[in-house]
Amino acid sequence: MFTIRVNGIAHTVDVSEDKPLLWVLRENLKLTGSKYGCGQALCGACTVHIDGQPTRSCVMPISAVGDKQVRTIEDIGNEHIGGLVQATWQELNVPQCGYCQSGQIMAATALLKDNSSPSDQDIDKALSGNICRCGTYPRIRKAIHKIATEQL
Amino acid sequence: MTNSMTRTARLIFTLTLLGTSTLLGHSALAQSPLFQPLYEVLSHPRCMNCHTITDFPRQGDERRRHDQLVVRGADNHGAPTLQCSACHQDNNVADGAVPGAPHWGLAPLSMGWEGLSASQLCQVLKDKSKNGDRSLADLLKHMSEDDLVLWAWTPGGNRTTPPLSQPAFVEAVQAWVNAGGPC
Ligand code: FES
Ligand code: FES
Repeated sequence: MFTIRVNGIAHTVDVSEDKPLLWVLRENLKLTGSKYGCGQALCGACTVHIDGQPTRSCVMPISAVGDKQVRTIEDIGNEHIGGLVQATWQELNVPQCGYCQSGQIMAATALLKDNSSPSDQDIDKALSGNICRCGTYPRIRKAIHKIATEQL
Repeated sequence: MTNSMTRTARLIFTLTLLGTSTLLGHSALAQSPLFQPLYEVLSHPRCMNCHTITDFPRQGDERRRHDQLVVRGADNHGAPTLQCSACHQDNNVADGAVPGAPHWGLAPLSMGWEGLSASQLCQVLKDKSKNGDRSLADLLKHMSEDDLVLWAWTPGGNRTTPPLSQPAFVEAVQAWVNAGGPC
């Protein structure tokens, strides 16, 4: 049995200790916004925040979560910057197929919380682990710059 | 005729071998035999891939640039919001695909060893202005107890391990420290 705090709510789940957080979120808690892309920390589709830091939930065993705060795409809009990112993503139609985008939004939100005027280089460094098969990178970059210059 | 050609060929072969070993002797062999086993471990990819002189880590035995183009970052633990710990947990993942150990990260640039000869590496290793102010005893402790160092012998997946076993390495470090850390 593990009790983890997800989006401010404590959940107790009966799973084996090596079950990846991603599958606890998706199967046990039915929070399916975090996606499974590779399961090997290669693509970023499963990115959640652990105490504010983007983390690949597909390689984090539930036993490693402890009392750290987990925040997922389902709740990120309740944060000021998370809300701005989602709104701007809509406004600029950033997603194409959308599969990678919850991970992109989690990474972009963390970046903008840490750095209110990121350069192209800062964006590359922060998001290089979030792969988009549809190649929406130019729109992601544009959206981040738009938020930084107009709203932060 | 054939005989003398064979003799000449043999002579050339022997000279080539001698020449090669002399060259190798200069580039790869430590001056102190006590440091040689340490050099062989420290220059292994499991150690060297994060003791780089670049602003990024490497991976694999071929020492390619780390996937996702991750960077060193100001604190040697990655970019501010793409930290090494975004992927590298305290343990290897169950199937070994993603390695992990506590405080996963790069060694500081001052502890970058790429391109150093054995004796240069030895000097840098002992230099307190570069090694995190560690005495020889501190180095022994780091190299025999640090979780991230120990990971090199349980790297998961099909990753290779350094040429000495971990206990043999600790013995070698101990002998080197006992002798005053000769380079
Ligand atoms: S599913 Fe986790 S990084 Fe790809
Ligand atoms: S929008 Fe399709 S993978 Fe990124």
